[in-house]
Amino acid sequence: MTNKIDKVIELDHVVIRFSGDSGDGMQLTGTLFSDTSAFMGNGISTFPDYPAEIRAPQGTVGGVSGFQVHFGHDINTPGDYADVLVAMNPAALKANAKWTKLGGSIILDKDAFTAKNLEKAGYKTDDPIKEDNLGGFNIISAPISSMTQETLKDTGMDNKTILRSKNMFALGMCYYLFNRELTFTEKFIETKFKKVPAVIEANKKVLKAGYNYGYNVQELTPYKVAAEEISKGTYRNINGNTATAWGLVAASEKSSLPLFCGSYPITPATDILHELAKLKNFGVKTFQAEDEIGGVTSAIGASFAGNLAVTTTSGPGLALKGEAIGLAVITELPLVIVNVQRGGPSTGLPTKTEQSDLLQALYGRNGESPVAVIAASTPSNCFHYAFQAGKIALEHMTPVVLLTDGFLANGTQPWKIPNMEDYPEIKAPIAKEGTENYMPYLRNEENLVREWAIPGTPGLEHRIGGLEKMDKTGAVSYVPENHQVMTDLREEKVARIIADVPDLEIIGEDEGDLLVVGWGGTYGHLLTAAHDMQKEGKSISFVHFNYIKPLPANTKDVFKKFKKILVAELNNGQFVNYLRSMFPEFTYLQYNKVMGLPFTSIELMDNFNKILEEK
Amino acid sequence: MAAEVKLTFKDFKSDQEVRWCAGCGDHAILNSVQKAMAEMGIPKEKFAVIAGIGCSSRFPYYMNTYGFHTIHGRGATIASGVKVANPDLSVWVINGDGDGLAIGGNHFIHLNRRNINLNLLLFNNEIYGLTKGQYSPTTKEGTKTKTSPYGTIEQPFNPGELVLGAQGKYFARTIDVNMKLTQEILINAQKHKGTSVVEILQNCVIFSNGVHGFYTDKENKLDRQIVLHHGEKMIFGKNNDKGLVLDGLKLKVVTLGENGITENDILTHDAHEETPFLHWMLIAMKGPDFPIALGVIREVRTTTYEQKMEDQIAEVKAKSPIKNMTDLLHSGSTWTV
Repeated sequence: MTNKIDKVIELDHVVIRFSGDSGDGMQLTGTLFSDTSAFMGNGISTFPDYPAEIRAPQGTVGGVSGFQVHFGHDINTPGDYADVLVAMNPAALKANAKWTKLGGSIILDKDAFTAKNLEKAGYKTDDPIKEDNLGGFNIISAPISSMTQETLKDTGMDNKTILRSKNMFALGMCYYLFNRELTFTEKFIETKFKKVPAVIEANKKVLKAGYNYGYNVQELTPYKVAAEEISKGTYRNINGNTATAWGLVAASEKSSLPLFCGSYPITPATDILHELAKLKNFGVKTFQAEDEIGGVTSAIGASFAGNLAVTTTSGPGLALKGEAIGLAVITELPLVIVNVQRGGPSTGLPTKTEQSDLLQALYGRNGESPVAVIAASTPSNCFHYAFQAGKIALEHMTPVVLLTDGFLANGTQPWKIPNMEDYPEIKAPIAKEGTENYMPYLRNEENLVREWAIPGTPGLEHRIGGLEKMDKTGAVSYVPENHQVMTDLREEKVARIIADVPDLEIIGEDEGDLLVVGWGGTYGHLLTAAHDMQKEGKSISFVHFNYIKPLPANTKDVFKKFKKILVAELNNGQFVNYLRSMFPEFTYLQYNKVMGLPFTSIELMDNFNKILEEK
Repeated sequence: MAAEVKLTFKDFKSDQEVRWCAGCGDHAILNSVQKAMAEMGIPKEKFAVIAGIGCSSRFPYYMNTYGFHTIHGRGATIASGVKVANPDLSVWVINGDGDGLAIGGNHFIHLNRRNINLNLLLFNNEIYGLTKGQYSPTTKEGTKTKTSPYGTIEQPFNPGELVLGAQGKYFARTIDVNMKLTQEILINAQKHKGTSVVEILQNCVIFSNGVHGFYTDKENKLDRQIVLHHGEKMIFGKNNDKGLVLDGLKLKVVTLGENGITENDILTHDAHEETPFLHWMLIAMKGPDFPIALGVIREVRTTTYEQKMEDQIAEVKAKSPIKNMTDLLHSGSTWTV
């Protein structure tokens, strides 16, 4: 295909946001665009933003579904503001114009801007551009619906079916605009609809029609977007939830223990259960329990029986699982608890992201109840940290909470496929048949880990339970001094995981005016902000925590070399307060946001600059 | 599995001191379980005994098998995880009426619905013992307890009815003091493939002493109990002269030899019948008009949950070209730089 490229705008990176009614296929459109871009060598990062309602009232702002793709060179986030907004109806425009860069382009389906739709979206006049003061944008008003109808008029398909393809028209326009190849998407359409050839033809036709429309209208200036400098290897796109599921399966493979996942459906964690349910070819057993408690307790049963046991959930579910996690703590059974954080409290904002379960993960149980807590920081490294969660749980005989969030869970990025040979074997401390006088709470002196006797092993019959137990023998004990000993041992056992925790890496100089501290899913935004300010010559460095309990061994040494420490997180200050309790010798500044949204790099830079200016 | 396993009940006694009250029905049940297990021909290490919280839930500590004393109400789900993870084990859940039917009520019904091959012993003393005397979901309406000083105003559950309502396939009932019947039922429950619920009418000497006294009364118990056996006539009584017949859509107690009733008129117990209606009526019988039904009331054979899961895994494994992590990582759309 040839483009009449007489003028081209060259860009390092571009953000495009597809938005429409939740039935308009925007998630698919966005995914196809990002897959094509990754395939063409761009870095990408995506962020789906969809309503909680399965079918919110059509045409309303509440029913708008969006999908943002950031692609180009040096991509660490899905981008703050869109360069190009695709709005399939007035509600989409109403909801998303504020996320578009001033001067950016807005592509509208002008056929959808009827009086009725304008009213549903809450517009009071028939001119939304004027009403919302959008004069500063490059508005491209395209007859997307009617062109789709025109393209397919001879197919004999009914109007409703025809209009289902209008997202392909919009996608075609964007492909022209950003000089994308159509082949990747055409192949996808052929595979997805292989049983209905008519649909394949229709979608391919409309995609092409959209592309040609872009070519023919003068309002569109094509962009050339920089490719990523990427290391050699085989790549794939992956989202955080799939990466988490796969990391758990990898831990199962490397430990040679079957994977059992006891869970209950909850947004935004359910996709992990979906993915694991598919992977029966790995012998994965998924148990969809009757409630969150049944999810975690069935997993604890599977752990007692010798499996790598996992439960997956989100904030409210973690609250329900608290008592049972305490049982895994006192019995010292391996257990991975994946918590995909969302906006809270209570049901809160189920489809939105937040980091407000940190203290719940650390402390949300009765009694002195230490567990290891780790956090993934990109969609693809959910794989690594899920693997690590399994490894720590099994090798240290402890529950491990893996924190991800809605942003990581649904966000995608290209991922260089790891070589499984680079991943270590996981060696669970399984007691061997023939062990003389097996005592369930006898410990390895070095890491304080007990031996795991799997039911079915002759001669190692023993009882464990939720009552306090005597040191070594495990018999029920109410001896006051013993309770102190066991409490301290459980805490110290988790503390000694530190031997497996890598040191913090400082991004930037290892001393200076300002150290920005983050954890979990905010990594990309913080990195972008820090990088951009470093390029401007500012004295700013950045460290990001993936290991929360125990903290990396060099934490204190890193902190003490900076004049100011600022902790940025999507909550009201949970990690900063944890750090205050662990290292009270430092003064911490904080930057917090609780809006159900990720940070924007712009707001972060504004804030960091202010702090640097304050003397 | 070893060719032949010869064990005695002593092999199942742990070194822990049994701490139930003197006269508690749990002592007799513990003996019955240990004796029955010794008869099952299963190696000791294959038993996993799982309990929730309550007096009865201390049971695992007294068994020299693998055991897990868990948290309140969750014995059934933890045991489900044990069995699904390791189907080779013989899994036993010890539940009280509060543990199993109040806080654990949801798990109880779902366990039955799934039909996981494990055995659940429901010790029913119609009271909370460990917390010292509050009414439970099986306490008869009107009973005065610490939390119902003027009598309860709640209808009790009949555990067997819950089993049936939840599509359960197996329900048996016995009484703590009838150790011979209990052992017979436990051995039968172990053989049954699926969730086997055994209700054991158990006496709490402290908080509900004599709660089952009407049925266990030495003088009259033969007239007030009927022990059902599959394929046998529903005949009971001191003189073996009473029987059950259907009168319209209801059960009725008749006397052999009266009004021309002969043995042929008496119902024959069919525990294997899938439709639950007659089982329901048998489970619901209570004094003084009816005897209480003991024995294996329902025993319907079908595929278990974990068998279906193993079958599915085998089928997907055989079909899938993805054999390991490396295959999975490279599946679907990838590109090479």
